[in-house]
Amino acid sequence: MTDQITTDPSRPAERMRAGSLSLTVGPWIIAALALLVMPFIFTSNSALTIMNQMWITVIFALAYNMLLGQGGMLSFGHAVYMGLGGFFCMHLMNYIEDYGLAFPLPLLPLFGGLFGMGFAMLIGSFSTSGAGTRFAMISLGVGELIAACSVIIVAFFGGEEGISGDRTYGLPFFGVEFLKQIEVYYLISFWLMLSALLMYLFSRTPVGRMANAVRDNPERAQFLGYSARWVRFYSFCASGFFCGIAGGLFAISYEILTEENLNAASSGVILLVTFLGGVGFFFGPIIGAIAFTLLQTVLGLQTELWAIYVGALFLATVMFFPGGLAGLMMMHVPAYKLGKAGGLVVPYIKTLVPAAIGILGICALIEMIFHYRHGATGDTEMTLFWTTFDSHSILPWIIAAAVALFGIGIARATAPAMKEAWDEANTPGGAS
Amino acid sequence: MELILVNIIDGLVTGLLLFMLSAGLTLIFSMMGVLNFAHASFYMLGAYFAYQISVALGFWMGLLLAPLIVGVLGAGVERYGLRRVHQYGHVPELIFTFGLALLIEELVQFLWGKNQMPYDVPEVLNFTAFAIAGNSIPAYKIFMIFISISIFIGLLYVLTKTRVGMIIQAALSYPRTVESLGHNVPLIFMGVFGVGTALAGVAGVIAGPVLGTFPGMAFVLGSIVFVTIVIGGLGSLWGALVASLLIGWITTFAKSYNILMSDILNGIGISTPENMSENIFRDLWSITSPQIADILPYILMVLILIFRPAGLFGKRES
Repeated sequence: MTDQITTDPSRPAERMRAGSLSLTVGPWIIAALALLVMPFIFTSNSALTIMNQMWITVIFALAYNMLLGQGGMLSFGHAVYMGLGGFFCMHLMNYIEDYGLAFPLPLLPLFGGLFGMGFAMLIGSFSTSGAGTRFAMISLGVGELIAACSVIIVAFFGGEEGISGDRTYGLPFFGVEFLKQIEVYYLISFWLMLSALLMYLFSRTPVGRMANAVRDNPERAQFLGYSARWVRFYSFCASGFFCGIAGGLFAISYEILTEENLNAASSGVILLVTFLGGVGFFFGPIIGAIAFTLLQTVLGLQTELWAIYVGALFLATVMFFPGGLAGLMMMHVPAYKLGKAGGLVVPYIKTLVPAAIGILGICALIEMIFHYRHGATGDTEMTLFWTTFDSHSILPWIIAAAVALFGIGIARATAPAMKEAWDEANTPGGAS
Repeated sequence: MELILVNIIDGLVTGLLLFMLSAGLTLIFSMMGVLNFAHASFYMLGAYFAYQISVALGFWMGLLLAPLIVGVLGAGVERYGLRRVHQYGHVPELIFTFGLALLIEELVQFLWGKNQMPYDVPEVLNFTAFAIAGNSIPAYKIFMIFISISIFIGLLYVLTKTRVGMIIQAALSYPRTVESLGHNVPLIFMGVFGVGTALAGVAGVIAGPVLGTFPGMAFVLGSIVFVTIVIGGLGSLWGALVASLLIGWITTFAKSYNILMSDILNGIGISTPENMSENIFRDLWSITSPQIADILPYILMVLILIFRPAGLFGKRES
């Protein structure tokens, strides 16, 4: 069995470090306060929508990382559990509306979670007997199967137009009817805090710790008397539960679910989000979900090509920083503890700023190629970085290419100095 | 009876096309132990390159050049991408190929747009080869069968009869030993990866005119190819052949014979419920075989993984 992320203790960025942190209350209180205050800083309706989407993605990504990061299981069909939880909640919501049941809406995600867990138990009963390629293939097959079924089984999935409902017809919850976006925001935030806390606590339970052991060395874990299969099964079910919660929140927030919530593309996105954020740390997926949603919404408004940039960023992450954004941040902890992090600032500026400018130059070239190839005939004007120019004349191309070359060139020239500063900052002792 | 013959030919075309992809994929898997998610993307690149070349130089140059370009690209991906990611373990490798598949799809859309390319069957082959009871069989289908079978025979010959093939086979099972005998194993791996992706490129070149050259073509075929090699048994070339043909025929027959689920259920003694619109199983009753033809391979795969995890011909413990 070699299909595992094997951790190398000498590389702190790759190490699962939950053990070295005791449950400190600080970050949780800060997070809760941030969630409370955010709507007062970003008051517009679109900002609220983006934040709702972000927190739902955070829950989903954290649940996904219970498998990928903590259990070493790579799933290619995890959107199924979130989607099914969402579909179930939507049906429940319609049922409540039809029969006028006294059922408070805030409890709805719990039932989505239970449904997600039930389905995960069903699939997990045969898929968790192995990790690695076998697990990945079963998850892919089940994912495709359910996505295809969603068009066939119209009674549950509503065919191609999906199913929709109305969250406001339920019983008012302490006078709150969830008519306004802000009320939904606080409902989602509440579930986010609760699920994140529960998932964190799960990772500290014996099952959670054994999941790490099974991920790193299943044989050895079995010699200790634990069944690798059952440990994986428990992680899988717990992950399905939290995915279902995310699905329930999605149903409440958007009031519509379609085949898109189940298909392979959504499963791919959550893998991307989680890996981008960093699978080695508990908070990695949170960063990933926030960064990805921002990229998707902000960059998506600016350019049609955002998916290319995100794809390239993802590949670069896999190739150069397998620890993801969280790993990148935590790399600096040793230097910080040595009190030498300050020495890194100047070399960083010297290398990273030219590199960023060079990358922007490359992006400009890509945008110009795209405009040149696909712009409407006769439309040769394009606007990029607040300047409008003619994409068919040679001058902008020269400028963009020159910017790209100079930026990357300077970055390459100063990279050795940065590496030296990095080594120096991570060496204990000496002048600081 | 005549319809069966027509379906057998159609299924054979689909199956052999699948085999060209799954052969490369399974070779790459037995070599590196990682499933190449981007394999179908190379198939798509093959079709697009062939289209671009055929605009300038004609179909036959496309058939010759596009697989070569795809193969070189594939070798480059192995050399500069996968080899680097290999040190982090198998899961990051899988994720890398997955990301590559996403990126290639985006790049294809970036360069050629979202619409289908006007990549057509060449004039020379655009005629009816023969007809079976009124069903005409286009010559292009015969051409596809011919190309796939000759590639299969060539591959089999190289792998089993030549010295290069022997070294490759040895390197698949005992890379360390082969390396210590003085062979350049990383080069062999790169070569096999290149040849595997080039095969996918050939499949793309000849399938592009029939199945359409559009940005979603990799996705449509991609997951079916994984299903194929999982059913056949990871790493087994014969398994890939059998599973490809099996899937080709199953889907073709399910599509052309309209078998109703209600007939099957009635046949095993369950009578149709009275008021269908109230019944929660109403969708189960109205299922027809053409409707589920495309998901039959997935059902088959899940069943195989449950009951025979190694696949039909698989030997190694996956």
